[in-house]
Amino acid sequence: MKTIQFAVSNWPGHLPGQHADVRLEAEDGYRAERSYSIASPPEVSALELTVDRLDDGEVSPFLTGQLQPHDTIQLRGPIGGHFTWSALERRRPLLLVGGGSGIVPLMCMLRHRRLSGNAVPAALLYSARTRDDVIYHEELAALARSDPAFSLRITLTRDSAPGWSGRVGRIDLPTAQALLEDLGGAVDTFVCGPDGFVEVASAMLLQAGQPLDAIRTERFGPTGTERNGLRGGQ
Amino acid sequence: MSNITRGFQSRRPHSESKRLPPGQHVTGDFPVLSAGATPHTPLHVWTFALEAEDGTKIVSWSWEEFRALGPTEVTVDIHCVTRWSKFDTEWRGITVDRIIAAAGLDEPPSPFVMAFCDGGYTTNLPVEDLLEGKALVVWEYDGEPLATEHGGPARLLVPHLYFWKSAKWIRGLRFMEDNEPGFWEVNGYHGYGDPWREQRYDGD
Repeated sequence: MKTIQFAVSNWPGHLPGQHADVRLEAEDGYRAERSYSIASPPEVSALELTVDRLDDGEVSPFLTGQLQPHDTIQLRGPIGGHFTWSALERRRPLLLVGGGSGIVPLMCMLRHRRLSGNAVPAALLYSARTRDDVIYHEELAALARSDPAFSLRITLTRDSAPGWSGRVGRIDLPTAQALLEDLGGAVDTFVCGPDGFVEVASAMLLQAGQPLDAIRTERFGPTGTERNGLRGGQ
Repeated sequence: MSNITRGFQSRRPHSESKRLPPGQHVTGDFPVLSAGATPHTPLHVWTFALEAEDGTKIVSWSWEEFRALGPTEVTVDIHCVTRWSKFDTEWRGITVDRIIAAAGLDEPPSPFVMAFCDGGYTTNLPVEDLLEGKALVVWEYDGEPLATEHGGPARLLVPHLYFWKSAKWIRGLRFMEDNEPGFWEVNGYHGYGDPWREQRYDGD
Protein backbone atom coordinates (compact mmCIF):
# COMPACT_ATOMS: atom_id res chain seq x y z
CA MET A 1 0.00 0.00 0.00
CA LYS A 2 1.43 3.33 -0.97
CA THR A 3 0.11 6.86 -0.92
CA ILE A 4 1.41 9.04 -3.75
CA GLN A 5 0.97 12.77 -4.15
CA PHE A 6 0.77 14.38 -7.56
CA ALA A 7 1.08 18.01 -8.53
CA VAL A 8 -1.54 18.15 -11.28
CA SER A 9 -1.68 20.88 -13.85
CA ASN A 10 -5.17 22.07 -14.82
CA TRP A 11 -6.99 19.89 -12.30
CA PRO A 12 -10.64 21.04 -12.41
CA GLY A 13 -11.37 20.00 -8.81
CA HIS A 14 -13.21 16.94 -7.59
CA LEU A 15 -15.87 15.69 -5.21
CA PRO A 16 -15.04 13.19 -2.47
CA GLY A 17 -15.68 9.68 -3.78
CA GLN A 18 -14.57 10.41 -7.33
CA HIS A 19 -11.63 8.71 -8.97
CA ALA A 20 -8.84 9.47 -11.38
CA ASP A 21 -7.53 7.34 -14.22
CA VAL A 22 -3.80 6.73 -14.36
CA ARG A 23 -2.41 6.10 -17.82
CA LEU A 24 1.02 4.55 -18.29
CA GLU A 25 2.55 4.44 -21.74
CA ALA A 26 5.52 2.30 -22.78
CA GLU A 27 8.03 3.32 -25.44
CA ASP A 28 6.48 0.88 -27.92
CA GLY A 29 3.14 2.65 -27.56
CA TYR A 30 1.59 0.06 -25.25
CA ARG A 31 -0.78 1.66 -22.77
CA ALA A 32 -2.24 0.54 -19.48
CA GLU A 33 -4.87 2.48 -17.58
CA ARG A 34 -6.49 1.97 -14.20
CA SER A 35 -8.79 3.96 -11.99
CA TYR A 36 -7.85 4.90 -8.44
CA SER A 37 -9.96 6.60 -5.81
CA ILE A 38 -8.80 10.05 -4.81
CA ALA A 39 -7.77 10.20 -1.16
CA SER A 40 -7.11 13.93 -0.85
CA PRO A 41 -10.02 16.26 -0.16
CA PRO A 42 -10.93 19.01 -2.64
CA GLU A 43 -9.58 21.62 -0.22
CA VAL A 44 -5.99 20.38 -0.70
CA SER A 45 -4.12 21.15 -3.89
CA ALA A 46 -1.88 18.06 -4.17
CA LEU A 47 -3.82 15.10 -5.57
CA GLU A 48 -3.30 12.02 -3.46
CA LEU A 49 -3.90 8.44 -4.59
CA THR A 50 -3.53 5.46 -2.26
CA VAL A 51 -2.53 2.43 -4.33
CA ASP A 52 -2.74 -1.19 -3.23
CA ARG A 53 -0.01 -3.22 -4.88
CA LEU A 54 -1.24 -6.29 -6.73
CA ASP A 55 1.59 -8.65 -7.59
CA ASP A 56 0.00 -9.74 -10.84
CA GLY A 57 -1.18 -6.24 -11.63
CA GLU A 58 0.18 -4.09 -14.38
CA VAL A 59 -0.17 -0.56 -13.08
CA SER A 60 -0.02 -0.90 -9.28
CA PRO A 61 3.43 -2.58 -9.18
CA PHE A 62 4.79 0.27 -11.28
CA LEU A 63 3.18 2.99 -9.17
CA THR A 64 4.24 1.44 -5.87
CA GLY A 65 7.66 0.18 -6.93
CA GLN A 66 9.16 2.08 -9.83
CA LEU A 67 7.64 5.54 -9.90
CA GLN A 68 10.15 8.09 -8.61
CA PRO A 69 9.71 11.61 -7.27
CA HIS A 70 9.42 14.13 -10.10
CA ASP A 71 8.42 11.52 -12.69
CA THR A 72 5.55 12.57 -14.91
CA ILE A 73 2.49 10.43 -15.60
CA GLN A 74 -0.84 11.08 -17.29
CA LEU A 75 -3.88 11.49 -15.08
CA ARG A 76 -7.45 11.91 -16.18
CA GLY A 77 -10.35 12.96 -14.04
CA PRO A 78 -12.23 13.47 -11.94
CA ILE A 79 -14.53 10.61 -12.91
CA GLY A 80 -17.77 9.37 -11.40
CA GLY A 81 -20.89 11.22 -10.34
CA HIS A 82 -22.82 8.78 -8.18
CA PHE A 83 -20.53 7.62 -5.38
CA THR A 84 -19.86 11.17 -4.26
CA TRP A 85 -20.51 13.23 -1.17
CA SER A 86 -20.22 16.96 -0.74
CA ALA A 87 -20.60 18.61 2.65
CA LEU A 88 -21.96 21.65 0.87
CA GLU A 89 -24.94 19.77 -0.55
CA ARG A 90 -25.62 16.99 1.90
CA ARG A 91 -26.98 17.62 5.37
CA ARG A 92 -27.91 14.13 6.41
CA PRO A 93 -25.79 12.12 8.81
CA LEU A 94 -23.23 9.93 7.12
CA LEU A 95 -22.62 6.21 7.56
CA LEU A 96 -19.47 4.99 5.83
CA VAL A 97 -18.71 1.27 5.53
CA GLY A 98 -15.33 0.28 4.12
CA GLY A 99 -13.56 -3.00 3.51
CA GLY A 100 -9.81 -3.14 2.83
CA SER A 101 -8.64 -0.42 0.47
CA GLY A 102 -12.29 0.58 0.07
CA ILE A 103 -11.45 3.01 2.86
CA VAL A 104 -9.75 5.38 0.39
CA PRO A 105 -12.77 7.29 -1.01
CA LEU A 106 -14.38 7.23 2.46
CA MET A 107 -11.27 8.83 3.95
CA CYS A 108 -11.57 11.53 1.32
CA MET A 109 -15.15 12.17 2.47
CA LEU A 110 -14.08 12.36 6.11
CA ARG A 111 -11.22 14.75 5.34
CA HIS A 112 -13.59 16.92 3.34
CA ARG A 113 -16.17 16.83 6.14
CA ARG A 114 -13.56 18.06 8.61
CA LEU A 115 -12.11 20.80 6.41
CA SER A 116 -15.47 22.05 5.15
CA GLY A 117 -16.60 22.92 8.65
CA ASN A 118 -19.95 21.26 8.03
CA ALA A 119 -19.53 18.39 10.43
CA VAL A 120 -22.72 16.39 10.06
CA PRO A 121 -22.73 13.39 12.41
CA ALA A 122 -20.71 10.60 10.82
CA ALA A 123 -19.69 7.04 11.55
CA LEU A 124 -17.14 4.77 9.91
CA LEU A 125 -17.35 1.00 10.06
CA TYR A 126 -14.05 -0.24 8.68
CA SER A 127 -13.07 -3.86 8.16
CA ALA A 128 -9.43 -4.79 7.57
CA ARG A 129 -7.62 -8.12 7.59
CA THR A 130 -4.89 -7.38 10.12
CA ARG A 131 -3.71 -4.38 12.08
CA ASP A 132 -1.00 -3.76 9.49
CA ASP A 133 -3.69 -3.52 6.81
CA VAL A 134 -5.48 -0.64 8.53
CA ILE A 135 -4.80 2.41 6.37
CA TYR A 136 -4.88 5.94 7.85
CA HIS A 137 -5.07 4.45 11.35
CA GLU A 138 -3.45 7.38 13.18
CA GLU A 139 -5.47 9.96 11.34
CA LEU A 140 -8.74 8.15 11.98
CA ALA A 141 -7.98 7.67 15.65
CA ALA A 142 -7.07 11.35 16.03
CA LEU A 143 -10.30 12.36 14.33
CA ALA A 144 -12.33 10.10 16.61
CA ARG A 145 -10.64 11.65 19.67
CA SER A 146 -11.15 15.24 18.62
CA ASP A 147 -14.60 15.09 17.03
CA PRO A 148 -17.49 13.96 19.25
CA ALA A 149 -19.79 13.80 16.21
CA PHE A 150 -17.62 11.10 14.61
CA SER A 151 -17.74 7.43 15.61
CA LEU A 152 -15.04 4.98 14.54
CA ARG A 153 -15.43 1.19 14.54
CA ILE A 154 -12.51 -0.77 13.14
CA THR A 155 -12.70 -4.54 13.04
CA LEU A 156 -9.95 -7.00 12.16
CA THR A 157 -11.03 -10.15 10.33
CA ARG A 158 -7.81 -12.19 10.40
CA ASP A 159 -6.26 -11.71 13.80
CA SER A 160 -6.06 -9.46 16.78
CA ALA A 161 -2.61 -7.98 17.20
CA PRO A 162 -1.06 -7.62 20.67
CA GLY A 163 -2.45 -4.52 22.28
CA TRP A 164 -5.39 -4.36 19.88
CA SER A 165 -8.36 -3.12 21.86
CA GLY A 166 -10.72 -2.85 18.92
CA ARG A 167 -13.12 -5.37 17.46
CA VAL A 168 -12.31 -8.65 15.78
CA GLY A 169 -14.39 -10.59 13.30
CA ARG A 170 -16.57 -9.54 10.41
CA ILE A 171 -18.91 -6.58 10.43
CA ASP A 172 -22.25 -7.50 11.93
CA LEU A 173 -25.84 -6.36 12.00
CA PRO A 174 -25.97 -5.24 15.66
CA THR A 175 -23.01 -2.90 15.12
CA ALA A 176 -24.57 -1.42 11.98
CA GLN A 177 -27.91 -1.02 13.75
CA ALA A 178 -26.31 0.67 16.74
CA LEU A 179 -24.42 3.11 14.54
CA LEU A 180 -27.57 3.91 12.56
CA GLU A 181 -29.49 4.48 15.75
CA ASP A 182 -26.83 6.85 17.09
CA LEU A 183 -26.80 8.78 13.84
CA GLY A 184 -30.58 9.05 13.98
CA GLY A 185 -33.18 9.35 11.27
CA ALA A 186 -32.44 9.40 7.57
CA VAL A 187 -28.82 8.64 6.80
CA ASP A 188 -26.70 8.71 3.65
CA THR A 189 -24.73 5.48 3.35
CA PHE A 190 -21.62 4.79 1.32
CA VAL A 191 -20.17 1.28 1.07
CA CYS A 192 -16.85 0.56 -0.65
CA GLY A 193 -14.70 -2.54 -0.80
CA PRO A 194 -14.24 -5.87 -2.56
CA ASP A 195 -17.27 -7.47 -4.26
CA GLY A 196 -18.12 -9.91 -1.51
CA PHE A 197 -17.72 -7.36 1.25
CA VAL A 198 -20.01 -4.84 -0.44
CA GLU A 199 -22.61 -7.50 -1.16
CA VAL A 200 -22.72 -8.54 2.50
CA ALA A 201 -22.51 -5.01 3.89
CA SER A 202 -25.22 -3.56 1.67
CA ALA A 203 -27.55 -6.50 2.34
CA MET A 204 -26.96 -5.91 6.05
CA LEU A 205 -27.88 -2.25 5.72
CA LEU A 206 -31.10 -3.18 3.94
CA GLN A 207 -31.83 -5.56 6.79
CA ALA A 208 -31.16 -2.73 9.24
CA GLY A 209 -33.94 -0.80 7.56
CA GLN A 210 -32.01 1.42 5.18
CA PRO A 211 -33.93 2.11 1.95
CA LEU A 212 -32.34 0.79 -1.25
CA ASP A 213 -31.90 4.29 -2.68
CA ALA A 214 -30.00 5.56 0.39
CA ILE A 215 -27.19 3.04 -0.11
CA ARG A 216 -24.45 3.91 -2.56
CA THR A 217 -21.83 1.32 -3.32
CA GLU A 218 -18.55 1.02 -5.09
CA ARG A 219 -16.95 -2.35 -5.61
CA PHE A 220 -13.64 -3.58 -6.82
CA GLY A 221 -12.98 -6.95 -8.23
CA PRO A 222 -11.37 -10.10 -6.93
CA THR A 223 -7.99 -11.41 -7.98
CA GLY A 224 -6.86 -10.61 -11.47
CA THR A 225 -8.23 -7.11 -11.39
CA GLU A 226 -6.33 -4.27 -9.92
CA ARG A 227 -7.42 -3.55 -6.37
CA ASN A 228 -9.00 -0.20 -5.83
CA GLY A 229 -9.00 -0.16 -9.57
CA LEU A 230 -12.51 -1.05 -10.61
CA ARG A 231 -15.00 1.70 -10.47
CA GLY A 232 -18.56 2.20 -11.49
CA GLY A 233 -20.07 -0.46 -13.67
CA GLN A 234 -23.76 -0.75 -13.15
CA MET B 1 5.78 16.94 -23.64
CA SER B 2 6.24 13.24 -24.21
CA ASN B 3 3.51 10.92 -22.95
CA ILE B 4 5.94 8.07 -22.40
CA THR B 5 6.09 6.94 -18.78
CA ARG B 6 9.72 6.59 -17.74
CA GLY B 7 10.57 2.95 -17.05
CA PHE B 8 7.15 1.48 -17.86
CA GLN B 9 7.10 -1.68 -19.96
CA SER B 10 4.28 -3.93 -21.03
CA ARG B 11 3.93 -7.07 -18.94
CA ARG B 12 1.15 -8.50 -21.06
CA PRO B 13 1.23 -10.44 -24.31
CA HIS B 14 0.01 -8.38 -27.26
CA SER B 15 -1.38 -11.40 -29.11
CA GLU B 16 -5.00 -10.96 -28.08
CA SER B 17 -5.15 -7.46 -29.46
CA LYS B 18 -7.49 -8.15 -32.36
CA ARG B 19 -10.15 -9.43 -30.04
CA LEU B 20 -9.48 -6.92 -27.30
CA PRO B 21 -10.71 -3.32 -27.60
CA PRO B 22 -8.18 -0.58 -26.81
CA GLY B 23 -7.35 -0.05 -23.13
CA GLN B 24 -8.88 -3.39 -22.03
CA HIS B 25 -7.29 -6.46 -20.45
CA VAL B 26 -8.62 -10.00 -20.25
CA THR B 27 -9.89 -11.43 -16.99
CA GLY B 28 -10.95 -14.97 -16.16
CA ASP B 29 -13.08 -13.74 -13.27
CA PHE B 30 -16.48 -12.17 -13.46
CA PRO B 31 -16.20 -9.00 -11.39
CA VAL B 32 -19.37 -7.54 -9.87
CA LEU B 33 -20.02 -3.83 -10.16
CA SER B 34 -23.16 -2.16 -8.94
CA ALA B 35 -24.07 1.32 -7.82
CA GLY B 36 -26.14 0.13 -4.89
CA ALA B 37 -27.32 -2.83 -2.88
CA THR B 38 -28.53 -5.87 -4.79
CA PRO B 39 -32.34 -5.96 -5.20
CA HIS B 40 -34.11 -9.30 -4.76
CA THR B 41 -37.40 -9.55 -6.63
CA PRO B 42 -39.40 -12.76 -6.15
CA LEU B 43 -40.18 -14.44 -9.45
CA HIS B 44 -43.94 -14.54 -8.81
CA VAL B 45 -44.09 -10.74 -8.88
CA TRP B 46 -41.45 -10.28 -11.60
CA THR B 47 -42.69 -8.96 -14.95
CA PHE B 48 -41.06 -7.74 -18.13
CA ALA B 49 -42.80 -4.82 -19.83
CA LEU B 50 -42.56 -2.75 -22.96
CA GLU B 51 -43.77 0.78 -22.29
CA ALA B 52 -44.67 3.81 -24.37
CA GLU B 53 -42.88 7.09 -23.65
CA ASP B 54 -45.61 8.21 -21.20
CA GLY B 55 -45.18 5.01 -19.17
CA THR B 56 -48.33 3.22 -20.40
CA LYS B 57 -47.76 -0.49 -20.84
CA ILE B 58 -47.71 -1.87 -24.36
CA VAL B 59 -47.30 -5.40 -23.04
CA SER B 60 -46.27 -7.13 -19.83
CA TRP B 61 -45.24 -10.74 -19.36
CA SER B 62 -44.87 -12.83 -16.22
CA TRP B 63 -41.65 -14.77 -15.58
CA GLU B 64 -43.10 -17.97 -17.03
CA GLU B 65 -44.66 -16.22 -20.03
CA PHE B 66 -41.48 -14.33 -20.79
CA ARG B 67 -39.24 -17.38 -20.75
CA ALA B 68 -41.64 -19.16 -23.09
CA LEU B 69 -41.25 -16.54 -25.83
CA GLY B 70 -38.54 -18.57 -27.53
CA PRO B 71 -35.07 -18.65 -26.00
CA THR B 72 -31.75 -18.70 -27.80
CA GLU B 73 -28.17 -19.23 -26.66
CA VAL B 74 -25.21 -17.02 -27.49
CA THR B 75 -21.47 -17.04 -26.79
CA VAL B 76 -19.99 -13.54 -26.77
CA ASP B 77 -17.09 -11.42 -25.51
CA ILE B 78 -18.01 -8.73 -22.98
CA HIS B 79 -16.15 -5.49 -22.21
CA CYS B 80 -16.54 -3.48 -19.01
CA VAL B 81 -15.74 0.23 -18.95
CA THR B 82 -13.56 -0.44 -15.90
CA ARG B 83 -11.17 -2.11 -18.38
CA TRP B 84 -11.74 -5.81 -18.00
CA SER B 85 -12.93 -7.95 -20.88
CA LYS B 86 -14.10 -11.53 -20.67
CA PHE B 87 -14.07 -13.83 -23.67
CA ASP B 88 -16.56 -16.54 -24.67
CA THR B 89 -19.26 -15.92 -22.10
CA GLU B 90 -22.33 -18.14 -22.60
CA TRP B 91 -25.84 -16.85 -22.11
CA ARG B 92 -29.41 -18.01 -22.62
CA GLY B 93 -32.27 -15.60 -23.16
CA ILE B 94 -34.57 -13.95 -25.69
CA THR B 95 -33.52 -11.61 -28.45
CA VAL B 96 -35.01 -8.13 -28.37
CA ASP B 97 -36.23 -8.78 -31.95
CA ARG B 98 -38.36 -11.61 -30.63
CA ILE B 99 -39.61 -9.55 -27.69
CA ILE B 100 -40.76 -6.80 -30.04
CA ALA B 101 -42.38 -9.30 -32.42
CA ALA B 102 -44.11 -11.09 -29.54
CA ALA B 103 -45.55 -7.76 -28.44
CA GLY B 104 -47.25 -7.55 -31.82
CA LEU B 105 -45.24 -4.54 -32.94
CA ASP B 106 -44.40 -4.45 -36.65
CA GLU B 107 -41.59 -2.06 -35.90
CA PRO B 108 -40.30 -0.21 -32.83
CA PRO B 109 -42.46 2.86 -32.15
CA SER B 110 -39.51 5.22 -31.57
CA PRO B 111 -35.76 5.27 -32.18
CA PHE B 112 -34.50 5.05 -28.57
CA VAL B 113 -35.24 3.07 -25.43
CA MET B 114 -34.58 3.45 -21.75
CA ALA B 115 -33.96 0.11 -20.07
CA PHE B 116 -35.43 0.21 -16.54
CA CYS B 117 -34.59 -2.04 -13.64
CA ASP B 118 -35.23 -3.01 -10.05
CA GLY B 119 -33.24 -0.70 -7.81
CA GLY B 120 -33.93 2.30 -10.07
CA TYR B 121 -31.09 1.76 -12.54
CA THR B 122 -31.66 2.96 -16.10
CA THR B 123 -29.61 3.06 -19.28
CA ASN B 124 -30.41 4.52 -22.68
CA LEU B 125 -29.85 2.81 -26.03
CA PRO B 126 -30.66 3.35 -29.69
CA VAL B 127 -33.23 0.73 -30.71
CA GLU B 128 -31.16 -0.26 -33.74
CA ASP B 129 -28.40 -1.44 -31.36
CA LEU B 130 -30.85 -3.94 -29.92
CA LEU B 131 -32.12 -5.44 -33.19
CA GLU B 132 -30.89 -8.11 -35.63
CA GLY B 133 -29.75 -10.37 -32.82
CA LYS B 134 -27.43 -7.77 -31.28
CA ALA B 135 -29.13 -7.82 -27.88
CA LEU B 136 -30.96 -10.23 -25.59
CA VAL B 137 -32.64 -10.32 -22.24
CA VAL B 138 -30.87 -13.23 -20.51
CA TRP B 139 -31.56 -15.37 -17.42
CA GLU B 140 -28.84 -17.99 -17.66
CA TYR B 141 -25.08 -17.60 -17.55
CA ASP B 142 -22.72 -20.49 -18.18
CA GLY B 143 -25.58 -22.99 -18.00
CA GLU B 144 -26.80 -21.81 -14.60
CA PRO B 145 -29.55 -19.43 -13.51
CA LEU B 146 -28.14 -15.91 -13.54
CA ALA B 147 -26.85 -15.05 -10.05
CA THR B 148 -28.49 -12.06 -8.37
CA GLU B 149 -25.24 -10.12 -8.11
CA HIS B 150 -24.77 -10.51 -11.85
CA GLY B 151 -28.24 -9.16 -12.55
CA GLY B 152 -30.55 -12.11 -11.97
CA PRO B 153 -33.28 -13.00 -12.41
CA ALA B 154 -32.73 -11.32 -15.80
CA ARG B 155 -30.44 -8.74 -17.34
CA LEU B 156 -30.02 -7.07 -20.67
CA LEU B 157 -27.08 -8.27 -22.78
CA VAL B 158 -25.68 -5.85 -25.38
CA PRO B 159 -22.16 -7.23 -25.85
CA HIS B 160 -21.02 -4.80 -28.54
CA LEU B 161 -21.29 -1.89 -26.09
CA TYR B 162 -19.58 -1.38 -22.71
CA PHE B 163 -21.19 -3.63 -20.16
CA TRP B 164 -22.97 -0.94 -18.12
CA LYS B 165 -25.41 -0.87 -21.05
CA SER B 166 -26.24 -4.52 -20.27
CA ALA B 167 -28.54 -3.47 -17.46
CA LYS B 168 -28.85 -5.80 -14.47
CA TRP B 169 -32.21 -6.65 -12.88
CA ILE B 170 -34.03 -5.44 -15.98
CA ARG B 171 -37.81 -5.11 -15.83
CA GLY B 172 -38.54 -3.56 -19.19
CA LEU B 173 -37.85 -1.16 -22.02
CA ARG B 174 -39.46 2.25 -22.36
CA PHE B 175 -39.53 3.68 -25.89
CA MET B 176 -38.34 7.29 -26.32
CA GLU B 177 -38.38 9.78 -29.19
CA ASP B 178 -35.23 11.51 -27.90
CA ASN B 179 -32.05 9.95 -26.60
CA GLU B 180 -32.40 10.84 -22.89
CA PRO B 181 -29.43 9.87 -20.68
CA GLY B 182 -29.74 7.02 -18.15
CA PHE B 183 -28.14 6.53 -14.75
CA TRP B 184 -24.42 6.41 -15.59
CA GLU B 185 -24.90 8.60 -18.63
CA VAL B 186 -25.89 11.56 -16.39
CA ASN B 187 -23.02 10.64 -14.06
CA GLY B 188 -20.16 11.32 -16.44
CA TYR B 189 -20.16 8.24 -18.66
CA HIS B 190 -20.52 8.23 -22.43
CA GLY B 191 -23.96 8.32 -24.03
CA TYR B 192 -23.29 5.44 -26.43
CA GLY B 193 -20.33 3.44 -25.09
CA ASP B 194 -18.59 1.75 -28.02
CA PRO B 195 -15.55 -0.11 -26.62
CA TRP B 196 -13.79 -0.16 -30.00
CA ARG B 197 -13.85 3.65 -30.08
CA GLU B 198 -13.10 3.82 -26.33
CA GLN B 199 -16.21 5.84 -25.55
CA ARG B 200 -15.84 5.56 -21.79
CA TYR B 201 -16.65 8.98 -20.49
CA ASP B 202 -18.70 11.98 -21.52
CA GLY B 203 -16.70 13.77 -24.22
CA ASP B 204 -14.79 10.71 -25.52
